[in-house]
Amino acid sequence: MTDEQIKEQVIKVLSEEFELDPNELKPEVKLYEDLGLDSLDAVDMVVALEKNFGMKMTDEEALRAVRTLEDLFNLIKKLKNNNK
Amino acid sequence: MNRVVITGMGAISPFGMGVETLCSSIWQGKSAVKFMKEWQHIKGLQSLLAAPVPYIDEKKLIKRALRRTMGPMAIWSVLAAREAIKDANLTSKELSSGYTGVILGSTTGSPSIHEAFYREFLPEETIEGVKSGVFFKIMGHSCAANVCLDLKIKGHQWATTSACTSSSQAIGLGFIILKMGLQEIMLCGGADEVHPTVTMVFDVLKAASRKNDSPNTTPSPFDKNRDGVVCGGGAGILVLETLESARKRKAKIYAEIIGFSLNCDSQHIANPDSHQMATVMENALRDANINTKDIDHINAHATGTTKGDIAESQAIKKIFGKNTPTSSIKGHIGHSLGAAGVLESIVAVECLRRQQLVPTLNLEDPDPECDILLVQEEVVPQKLDIVLKNNFALGGVNTSLIFRRWNNNDR
Repeated sequence: MTDEQIKEQVIKVLSEEFELDPNELKPEVKLYEDLGLDSLDAVDMVVALEKNFGMKMTDEEALRAVRTLEDLFNLIKKLKNNNK
Repeated sequence: MNRVVITGMGAISPFGMGVETLCSSIWQGKSAVKFMKEWQHIKGLQSLLAAPVPYIDEKKLIKRALRRTMGPMAIWSVLAAREAIKDANLTSKELSSGYTGVILGSTTGSPSIHEAFYREFLPEETIEGVKSGVFFKIMGHSCAANVCLDLKIKGHQWATTSACTSSSQAIGLGFIILKMGLQEIMLCGGADEVHPTVTMVFDVLKAASRKNDSPNTTPSPFDKNRDGVVCGGGAGILVLETLESARKRKAKIYAEIIGFSLNCDSQHIANPDSHQMATVMENALRDANINTKDIDHINAHATGTTKGDIAESQAIKKIFGKNTPTSSIKGHIGHSLGAAGVLESIVAVECLRRQQLVPTLNLEDPDPECDILLVQEEVVPQKLDIVLKNNFALGGVNTSLIFRRWNNNDR
């Protein structure tokens, strides 16, 4: 999976899960402040991403550090690379 | 003690959205009962009938951030509550004052969400993949909590859970709270969903209708050929308010609640008890400080079961004799359990407003054992000042509410 494909996939998952316009999901967008997501949404985001990418996201510290979509792209890229 | 009036109503019923849809369908004598072909594969289930709520595009009506914790019954409760507060002309300031509360009952939390959860959980006993909103959809106070959140209500939050009397208890409890002055406005009602596990409860007890070939003839309360309950879905809300608050707001008043009583059988967990049904009606009359002759109409619980309709008829005959016109709307919408009391109360209030009696749908050949004055066949004009509304539940709960017509000259 290329980096671009990962980005597209993350945008697809988030836009479907949270009923968001995919065009608004730019890398610099902040998940909580800009998209209005909260702690419950964070749980559901992980569930949706794990299911979609077929991997576990168990590093809670790394997840807590995610602020922007760019952070999320990078985290998933890292996890995908580690799984190779 | 405060006087308590009804200043708003909202409904989601098997006929669709809105009080007007519910009442116009009932006044036209329509049946919402359907053959449930999607239940045909369920082994042993002999009643394949229900009155489900039609499809509602909730995504267009409720934002995702609120909807994520709602199962169907909570969604319908929110939509009914929004209709009711609009009808009552309540402001956001009044809703958030701390003196407005909510009491909503249901048999359980959402059964469809329960099913979805266990389908995912049980095969491998894993909670991986469980979404954060599941608990909030299946908890017993799901409807009440979600309505409070949606409307930013900050007063009382209660959930009355007693199956078929859930919403009549809610109205009764709201009446008590307002009489005592603990709150000024209460949104009271309840909800339930059509689900095979709900119909199963009655099917197992041989109390669910099996007229699968003729859905529009059943249930048939008080009829000699009745064969049981047909479960329905829906949600309903009454805005109850102290008379003082309603007058201060110059609110439109539909009716006054003048009496309520609640008791239990403690005889048998499932069998109806005519004696305690009679007692609960007597106590409601006493609470309202009126006599039997003051009751112009009884909106019965009458679900269409063999035993239940006879027990209620005997209780009515014992207290009122044979001259008080009685009907049940379960022939139209089935038994919506947690929503039954409130949807039927809405119809009872509408009878007061229109000065008309609605007949019991599917009542063609009255059972001689239901030896009371039954309203049959057509809508009848009738001078109505006071109506009594019964609801009874498995578990032995009996409730009676008494509504009085409101005239603008009333003091």
